[in-house]
Amino acid sequence: MATTGLDQAAESAGGSAGPSGDELLRLYERMLLIRRTEERLRDDGAAGKLPGAVHLYIGEEAVAVGVCAHLGDRDYATSTHRGHGHFLAKGGDPKAMMAEIWGKAEGICRGMGGSMHVADISKGILGANGIVGAGLAIATGAAFGAKLDGDGKVSVCFFGDGASNQGVLMENLNVSTIWNLPVIFVCENNTFSEFTPSREITAGRISDRARAFEMPTAEVDGNDVTEVWRAAGEAVERARNGGGPSFIEAHTYRIQGHFEAEAFVLSSGGYREQEEIDEWRAKDPIDRAKGRLLETGAATATDLESLDAKVLREVDEAAAYAEAGTPADPELAESLMFATGED
Amino acid sequence: MARRRFIQAINDGLIEEMERNPRVVAYGEDVELSIMGDMRGLHERFGHDRIRNTPICEATLTGMAVGLASAGYHVVVHMMFSNFLYTGMDAIANQMAKLRLMTGGQMELPITVLAGYGAGSANAAQHSDTPYAALMNLGGLNVLTPSTPADAKGLLKTAIRGRNPSFFLEPSGRGGDLGEVPDGEYLVPFGVAAVPREGSDATVVAIGRMVRPALAAADSLAEQGIEVEVIDPRTLVPFDEATVLASVERTGHLIVVDEARERCGAAAEIAALVAAKGFDSLRGPIRRVTTPNVAIPYAPNAEAHVLPGEERIAAAVAEAVGRAGKVPA
Repeated sequence: MATTGLDQAAESAGGSAGPSGDELLRLYERMLLIRRTEERLRDDGAAGKLPGAVHLYIGEEAVAVGVCAHLGDRDYATSTHRGHGHFLAKGGDPKAMMAEIWGKAEGICRGMGGSMHVADISKGILGANGIVGAGLAIATGAAFGAKLDGDGKVSVCFFGDGASNQGVLMENLNVSTIWNLPVIFVCENNTFSEFTPSREITAGRISDRARAFEMPTAEVDGNDVTEVWRAAGEAVERARNGGGPSFIEAHTYRIQGHFEAEAFVLSSGGYREQEEIDEWRAKDPIDRAKGRLLETGAATATDLESLDAKVLREVDEAAAYAEAGTPADPELAESLMFATGED
Repeated sequence: MARRRFIQAINDGLIEEMERNPRVVAYGEDVELSIMGDMRGLHERFGHDRIRNTPICEATLTGMAVGLASAGYHVVVHMMFSNFLYTGMDAIANQMAKLRLMTGGQMELPITVLAGYGAGSANAAQHSDTPYAALMNLGGLNVLTPSTPADAKGLLKTAIRGRNPSFFLEPSGRGGDLGEVPDGEYLVPFGVAAVPREGSDATVVAIGRMVRPALAAADSLAEQGIEVEVIDPRTLVPFDEATVLASVERTGHLIVVDEARERCGAAAEIAALVAAKGFDSLRGPIRRVTTPNVAIPYAPNAEAHVLPGEERIAAAVAEAVGRAGKVPA
C-alpha cells in the first residue's frame, strides 16, 4: 500500500497487538448480529413485509464493528443511509431498530424515521442520514461539543466513497484540522456510489484528500476486522488525548445492491458482474474472523455454532417483536415538529 | 427604557443570554470583528471557545450546528447575509427542520441562526434576498422578523432560551435604527403580533423591514381620513392568526406588505389564511404589496422600482378602501 509520511503512525500500529481472543470473539458476535439482522431484513423485504426500502450493509460489517468497539455511549457517531450496522455496532437495540424499520410505535424513532434514520441519542447514535455526506458536518459539530466539554469524548463519522465526492468533505477536513477536533472520519469505500462504480467518477485516492490537510490517515482492508480495530483504536486514542482528527479509508465491498428490490428499477440494466461479487464473497469479513478464531484456538467450532444459534434467536425475537408491534401513531407527526417550553 | 440601535439591541440580547447560560456558543464568518456589528465585543468578553470565526463554508456551519446542538449546546450561528442560507440549505432543510420528527422526538436542536435580509442598499441580487417563505415552508423552523430594536432583543432572547431551530432575520441596512428598549429582562413571546398603529378602515399586515413604510403610508392616509391598522406579526412561524383575523373583522380590508417576491410568499400565506378563515369579514379582495418575481437589480433607481414602499402601500390601501365606497376626504 502506498503511503505518505503521515501514514507512518498508522503503519506502525499495524505491528501493535491486535484484539485479544475474547475481544475478537465479541467483534465476531457483533458482526454476526448485523449480518443475521440484515439477512432477515433482506428476506422480509423480498416478501413484501417492510413498508419502505432498506439499504443493506452485508459484507461491510467489519468497519462499523472494528471502529465502534472503541466507543462508549457518550461518544458520538453519525451514519449513512446504510446505517443498520453502525446502529447495532454502537450498541443500539436490535428490537427497537427492527420495530422502526417495520414502521411500528415501538420503533426507536416511534416509526417516524424508518430504516434510513435509525438513531438512539441516548447512545450517541446521532442518526443514520438519507443525505449523502450530511453526517460529516454533524459529526464535526458534535466533536466541537466534545472538545468544549473537555472530557475525552470523541465523534466518529461513517461515510462512503460516494460522500467523498461531496464538497462538504473538504470543508470538514479543514475545520476539524484547524480546530483540532476529536473526530474520526471513517470512509467506507464499498466501490459504489449508488449505481455507479466509484472509480468512474472519482479522481485520485480518497485518502489523499485527508493527507492534503496533514491529517493522520490510514488505509485499511475494511474486510479485516482486526485491521480496522487497530487503526480505529489508534485514531480514537489520539482524539481522546487531544491529538485531533484522523481519517481512515476502509476498503470494502457492497455485496447487496444499492437498495433491496433494485432489480425492479434497474430493469435489464446492470453495473457490475456476478464474478466481482463472488470475488468479494471470498473475502467475507465474518468468515475471516471465524477462521482466525478457530486457528488461534480462541473458539471452537462448537462454540461458534452455539453463538450463531444464539444470534439467530436474538434476530428472530427482534423480528417477531417488530411484526407484533402496534402501528405508529399517525397524529404524532404534528406534535413532534417542535419541542415546547424553555430549555 | 433606553435608546438603543438595532444592532446594539441584538448585542445586548446575546450578551445577556451568553452570561445566563454558559452553554450558549456562537460562531460564523467574521463574527470576532463582527462586520455586521451585532456581535461586537463578544469575542473579547467570552473568549474563543464561545465565539469564533469560521472558514467560509456555510454547508458545514449549518451542519455543525446540528451536531453541536446534539452535544448539548445552544448554538448561535451568524450567516451574515440570508442569501448564504442557500449554500447551507441541506442542514437547514434536511436536518434542522426534520430531525426532531425523524428521531421520534429524541433529538432537540436549540439553534438560533442570524442572517441579514432584504434590499435597499445596492447590494445587488445575491446579497438582497428575503428568503423567509422558503424557511416557513420547511415545517420545523421558527421564523422571526423583528422590526424594532426592542423586538430584536426580546425575540432573540426567547430564541436562545428555546429548544428549537429559530431563524432570526435582521433587516439589512437598518442596524442603525434607534428605538426604545425596555430596561431589565425583556423577552418577546413567539406568535404574538404587535399592533404599532390602530385603525378602523383597513388592516395592513407588514413584515419586518416593511413595517416602517407601512406606518409612513398610514400617516399619509390619515391625512385623507383613512385610518389604517398596522400589524407587525413579529414572527411568521408561529403566526398570530387571531390578531390578524380580529382586525380584518373590524376593518373589512386586508393589505399584506412583504418585501419578498410575490409568488408563494409570506403574503400569499397570510392572504390564504384570511381568505379561508376570515372570508365573511372581507368587503373586497385581499391585496398584496410585494416585490415582483424578479432578482433584485443593483442600480438604486431600479432597485427602488421593484421594492414595495410607502407610495405603493398607500395606493393599495386607498384603492381597497375606495372600491368599498369610502371616499377619501
